[in-house]
Amino acid sequence: MITYWEKYNHKLTGPLLQHLHIVGITLLFSILLATLLTLLFLQHKSAAHTLIHLLGAVYSIPSLALFAILIPIMGIGERTAIVVLVLYNQFLLMRNFFAGFDGVNPAVVEAATGMGMKRFQVLVRIQLPLAFPAILAGIRLALISTVGIATIAATINAGGLGTILLDGLRTLNYVKIWWGVLLSAGLAIVANLILTAVQRVVEKKFYLNN
Amino acid sequence: MTAITYTDVTKRFKGANMNAVDHVSFSVEAGEMVMLVGTSGSGKTTLMKMMNRLYTADSGTVSLFGEDIAKKDPVALRLSIGYVIQQIGLFPHMTVYDNIATVPKLLKWNKEKIAARVEELLKLVNLDPKEFYRRYPAQLSGGQQQRIGLARALAADPAVMLLDEPFGAIDAINRRNLQDELLRIHQKDQKTYLFVTHDITEAVKLGSRLLIMHEGKVQQYDTPEEILKHPANEFVASLMEGVT
Repeated sequence: MITYWEKYNHKLTGPLLQHLHIVGITLLFSILLATLLTLLFLQHKSAAHTLIHLLGAVYSIPSLALFAILIPIMGIGERTAIVVLVLYNQFLLMRNFFAGFDGVNPAVVEAATGMGMKRFQVLVRIQLPLAFPAILAGIRLALISTVGIATIAATINAGGLGTILLDGLRTLNYVKIWWGVLLSAGLAIVANLILTAVQRVVEKKFYLNN
Repeated sequence: MTAITYTDVTKRFKGANMNAVDHVSFSVEAGEMVMLVGTSGSGKTTLMKMMNRLYTADSGTVSLFGEDIAKKDPVALRLSIGYVIQQIGLFPHMTVYDNIATVPKLLKWNKEKIAARVEELLKLVNLDPKEFYRRYPAQLSGGQQQRIGLARALAADPAVMLLDEPFGAIDAINRRNLQDELLRIHQKDQKTYLFVTHDITEAVKLGSRLLIMHEGKVQQYDTPEEILKHPANEFVASLMEGVT
């Protein structure tokens, strides 16, 4: 395996970078969209729950099927893959974002309002920081899920670590398959470790009370 | 001087079949501590929350020092009124210091002024500033939390204080201590207090006058002595039997 790395490392780092690129863009758009949706639905709890149910249904569609549905509309490639991944993430993110806001003690919000905070101030200074651990947990889940599902995106020519696995399978090159497994699993583990550490620091710093 | 005036105030919640507050009129002189007393569902908390516009009256007017509060900006109004609730509502992600500094910060006081005020308030509620500044609410006992809640409400020196069952969740001994301290603070600051409670003993101990509510209506509004001697009706009489 080491000799394979020495000989062909560009064949591994290329897809790795591409994978990181897909994951990065997906996460960015996922968080932006989920934030927007959360703000829109914050005052409409029952509508929000319906939306989360719908997103849950979408999440249960196998990724290959969802890719297949979108290919006639959007064609193949990275763009289609990112759209699918962003769609999946909405379930993980929204569910956690809402759990976070729901978990804020209403008495705290009432006290803040009664003391003279504007709605936006209540949101930014009180609700958001108190919902933050749940928000971060959602982002962590989304990241891990994206790293995994993005390997399947190789089937629609989106590149990434999945290409190593597919190439390896096609040519029955076990060394290549192992590298693909190692890199994609390793990436998920490393990403998880980093975000868990961030989560711990945040919790220690601001929420040692909880 | 009259601090607070309610004139024919009525409030009904959506879907309810009776008024939560039903044609209530009363006024409070500056410097009084008026206790809103009643069983749960009597409308006492609703009545209070119309003072800082957490609720809006359906009809009637509420005025503060002669000005109709409906004509004021709700945020500015709330910044000028101290507010303490039963569940305390301390911000769990902020230190004692930042909790107390909330309203001064919203009012954009400078740092030195805020620091001096926080220290003064902690002393006022008998907590050592150095020991408590950096603590978080979860590191405080229930009684200490409520002291901080009181200090936070007093921070910007509001003329009127609203207290919604502030000592309801605190054990009897600590409650008595807090009541004594509140009396001491009130004697010092001479602010106008509206205090909601279902504890009639607490009401008699603290109140300069008691406003007794039942089913949204005022049953009697008088000094504790007068009410004890001459209860206006059966409901008031039975309520006063609970005084220990």
